[in-house]
Amino acid sequence: MNKKQKDMLRRILISAALLVCLQLISAQQFSTIDSLLFPGAGRWLRLALYLVNYYIIGWGTLKKAFKGIMNRQVFDENFLMAVATLGALALAIYENGDYAEAIAVMLFYQLGEWFENYAVGKSRRNISQLMDIRPDYANIEQEGHLIRVDPEEVEPGSVIVVQPGEKVPIDGVVAEGSSALDTAALTGESLPREVAAGDEIISGCINLSGVLKVRTSKAFGESTVSKILELVENAGERKSRQEDFISKFARVYTPAVCYSALALALLPPLVRLLFMGLAPMWGVWLYRALTFLVISCPCALVISIPLSFFAGIGGASRAGILVKGSNFLEALSKTDCVVFDKTGTLTQGVFEVEGIHHSTMEEEKLLEYAALAESASSHPISRSLLKAHGREPDRSRVEDIREISGAGVLATVDGRQVAAGNDKLMKTLGVEYRDCHSVGTIIHMAVEGKYAGHILISDMIKAHAKAAVAALKELGVRKTVMLTGDSEAVAEHVASKLGIDSFYSRLLPGDKVEKLERLLAEEKGGGKLAFVGDGINDAPVLARADIGIAMGALGSDAAIEAADVVLMDDDPLKIAKAIKISRKCLGIVYENIVFAIGIKLICLILGALGIANMWLAIFADVGVMVLAVLNAMRCLLVYKL
Amino acid sequence: MKKTYKIDVDCANCADKMERAAAGTPGVKSARVNYMALKMTVEFQEGQEESAVMEQVLKNCKKVESDCEIFL
Repeated sequence: MNKKQKDMLRRILISAALLVCLQLISAQQFSTIDSLLFPGAGRWLRLALYLVNYYIIGWGTLKKAFKGIMNRQVFDENFLMAVATLGALALAIYENGDYAEAIAVMLFYQLGEWFENYAVGKSRRNISQLMDIRPDYANIEQEGHLIRVDPEEVEPGSVIVVQPGEKVPIDGVVAEGSSALDTAALTGESLPREVAAGDEIISGCINLSGVLKVRTSKAFGESTVSKILELVENAGERKSRQEDFISKFARVYTPAVCYSALALALLPPLVRLLFMGLAPMWGVWLYRALTFLVISCPCALVISIPLSFFAGIGGASRAGILVKGSNFLEALSKTDCVVFDKTGTLTQGVFEVEGIHHSTMEEEKLLEYAALAESASSHPISRSLLKAHGREPDRSRVEDIREISGAGVLATVDGRQVAAGNDKLMKTLGVEYRDCHSVGTIIHMAVEGKYAGHILISDMIKAHAKAAVAALKELGVRKTVMLTGDSEAVAEHVASKLGIDSFYSRLLPGDKVEKLERLLAEEKGGGKLAFVGDGINDAPVLARADIGIAMGALGSDAAIEAADVVLMDDDPLKIAKAIKISRKCLGIVYENIVFAIGIKLICLILGALGIANMWLAIFADVGVMVLAVLNAMRCLLVYKL
Repeated sequence: MKKTYKIDVDCANCADKMERAAAGTPGVKSARVNYMALKMTVEFQEGQEESAVMEQVLKNCKKVESDCEIFL
C-alpha cells in the first residue's frame, strides 16, 4: 500500500465507525437536548455531526468535482458522486430523515475506488515481478578483483564474470567455464540448458552451477533482455478494439445517464402535475434521479478491460510467449488459418546425411570429395556434409571452386574434376544420373564427368510438430498451410507426415509474400491468418500476415522486431497455447463487458421504477467492479492451458 | 521523435483523459497512455522543442485530471 492508499483506508475506517455510532442515536434522542439549549438544537447538532462525517469521507471527491467544473470537465465520476450525495443530503435535511444513505453511498464509492487502486497496484507489481529479468549489474575482473558495474557501461567485446545465482546481464559467448542455465524467465522452459566454452549465451538467463567468463558480443541496450523488456513494457500501447470501445462507451454513457437523470427528476412530476392532475411527488422522483447518478459511474468497465489484457499478456510472457499488444491478442483469438514456414519451424533446420547410394567408389571417399568441394560454402547442406565427413577439410587439396547458383558446385579435388549438386547440374553437365526413392535433398556426384552416386540429406521433423498441427485443428483452425523453398517431394513428405492441409514448394523468399497475400485474400468473416516462421529470411512475410509469429527467437533481433508474437523457444506446440491464452483472455473480456453493462442496465431500470434504492445502486456498482477485477485477474492463470 | 515518460494517475478513465489532453496539445503528433504500466509515449511533430511541449502537455493534463503527474 502506498501513502495515498493508507490515507484513504484510514478515512474510510474512521468514517464507517462514526457512521455506525451516529446510527445508534436516533433523531428523538438528539431532540432531548432541545430543552437544555434552544428549540431545534438537537436537529442542528445531528446535522452537524453527519456533515463532519460526510466531510471526512467526501471532501476529496467534492474538491475534484469542483475542479472538474472549473476546467469544463463536468461529467466525471467525482461530479456524479458529489451531485448524488449532496442531493441525498439535501433531501434528508429537508425531511430531518436518513442522512446515513448519502454518507454510505460516498463510503462505498470510496471503498470501491480504494479496492480498484489496490488491485491494480498489486497486479502491476505481480506482473512486473514475473518479468523481473532486468539485470542490475555486471561483474568485471580488474586486477584480480571482481567489481560491479552498470551493464550499460560494458563495451561489446569485454569479458564479464557471471557467478552462480546471478543473471547473465549481456549477450555474449562463453570464454571460460561451463554451467547450467535456467532459461525459465525467457522461455517458460524449466529444464536447464548446459553451456560450455564457445557456446553463445543470452542475457536474462540465470547461471545455476559454475562460474562463467563471458565475452560480450553486444551492448546492453542491444541485448536480448533489453529488447524483451522494451517489448513487454510497450505492449499496452497498441490497444484492442474492446479497449477502444470501452473508452468510447464511457465517454457517451456518463453524460447520457446524467441527462436521463435530469429528465427523470423533471418530466414525470411535470406530467403528473399538468396532465394527470396528481400530486407531483418531487421528492420521490428526485431520489430516483439521484439513484440513477450513482449507477452511472462506469468504473467496473473502464478498469477491468485493460486489466484483463494486461494480465493476459503478463501470463503469456510467463509461458514464454511475448505478445506485442492487446490488438494482437485479440487477433490471435480469431486465428482460423495458420501458415508455417517449413525449415526451422516444423523441422529442426539441422540437416543430416541419411545415406549414400549407388556409389562407384568407397562411400567414405565420395563423402570426402563432396565435403571438400562444398568446403567454401556456409550453406546448411555443406555444413551437414562436413559434419558427416567428421574431419576438418584440407583446403589445399581443393582448387577452382565454382558455385553454380541453384544447381551446385564444380571443383578440382586432388586434381580430379568433381561436380556436386542437384539433377539440374547433372543435366547441364550431360551426366546420366539415378534418381533416389527416398525423400530429402539429394546431392548427385560426378567425378571426371562420370556419375559417382548420390548423397541423401534430410532435415529432422521437430518432436512436437505433429502434435502442434493436431492441437491447432482441435482449436478449430480451418486451414494449415506450409510454405517452403524446398523441393516438392520433401514438402509433400513433411506435409503428409504432419497432417498439414496444403503446401507450396520451391518458393523464393519473394514468392512466399505473394503466396501469403493470396491466402490473406481468401480470409473472410473476420478470420485471421497467422504466419509462423523462425525469423530468418522471412521478416517480410511475418510483417505482411495478420499475426506474425516468430519462434526460437532467443537471440534473433530481426525476428523480435518483425513479429507481432514472439515464441521464446522453438516448440511449435506453443502456437496452440498462444491461441488458447488469447481465447481465454478475450472470453473474460466479453464476460466482463456483458456482466458490467448488464447489471448497470438492470439497476437503471429498477432505479427508474423506484424498486432499487441508493443502497442497492452503490452495492451493485462496487460489487460489479470487485467481481470484474477479480475475473480479470484470472487472465494471469494460463499455466495449465 | 518519440519519447516515453513515467506518469502517475489513479484511475483508468483519468488515464484516458490524460491521453486525449496530451494528444490535443500543439506540437504533439500522437500520444498513448499505458495505464497499467503507468507510461506515456509521446510522438512529437518535426522541429518541436520537446521540453517546452511536454510542459504544456503536463499543464493540459493537470487541467483535466488535477491528481495526475508526468515525470519529465
